Amino acid sequence: MVVGLPKSDRKTFPGPGFDEEEVDLIFHALADRTRRDIMGKVSQGEQSISDLARQYEVSFAAIQKHVSVLERASLVTKRVDGRQKLVQNNPETLRRATNLLAEYERIWTHRINAIGQILDQEKTEERKIR
Amino acid sequence: MTVMSSTADRENLKMTVVAEFNSPAEKVWEVWADPRKLEKWWGPPTWPATFTEYEFEEGGTARYHMTGPEGEKAPGFWRFELIEAKRQIRFLDGFAREDGEIDENMPTMVMEMTLEGNGDHTTMTTVTTFNSLEDLEQLLEMGMEEGIREAMGQIDALL
Repeated sequence: MVVGLPKSDRKTFPGPGFDEEEVDLIFHALADRTRRDIMGKVSQGEQSISDLARQYEVSFAAIQKHVSVLERASLVTKRVDGRQKLVQNNPETLRRATNLLAEYERIWTHRINAIGQILDQEKTEERKIR
Repeated sequence: MTVMSSTADRENLKMTVVAEFNSPAEKVWEVWADPRKLEKWWGPPTWPATFTEYEFEEGGTARYHMTGPEGEKAPGFWRFELIEAKRQIRFLDGFAREDGEIDENMPTMVMEMTLEGNGDHTTMTTVTTFNSLEDLEQLLEMGMEEGIREAMGQIDALL
């Protein structure tokens, strides 16, 4: 594992403006493939729940439920337009999820730099031998 | 000089990191194949890694632990799924329990590393695939961030 601190040392998630409960909601929401897919669709533009439901082999009620889970995690917002309920994504929360991957990326920045140093050091040593 | 770029694929939970080194592929391969070299870069400076077992062959297992500033130990394991000398490694990366066996309750991820040599230059691509965002969040929650901030600080101090 990359960096596994003992459980007693665990910290609450360090992202800006998150509390732990929000993080739980976001990750629970995004852990489901259909919900991630819905996120992908609404990021292209606003869609009604009926439009979304037509694109999946599950019931309208199931899609409505998925949208509610995403809404509770603040990943999407809903607005009523006449008889339709329109779903749009919430870019702020998405940006936060992206930040998590950015944290992981920094670990690799460190590793790549360390590898570069090892290789440079070897080159210097080889030159000395010659 | 090391050049690096990375891309996060949020939909498929993949992180790709591409690095360029001014060294031939055989040299870059060594930082993975030789556990003594590997432990110089795998863990953050305040949590150095020690590999106690390194069966560098397909189906083989590597066991290691990282030692924290207070002497605390965090055990991990790898299982090599594919090894093509000087070219590619794919392995499962996970946590171990105190007895060194795989901890099934903890997240695992798949890491694929590919080298493309061109004379004295080598491109190294690593692709990490997470099972779920929850796994990724759990990994990050467990001190990754702190470890990295410290590591970055050390690098800055060297430059």
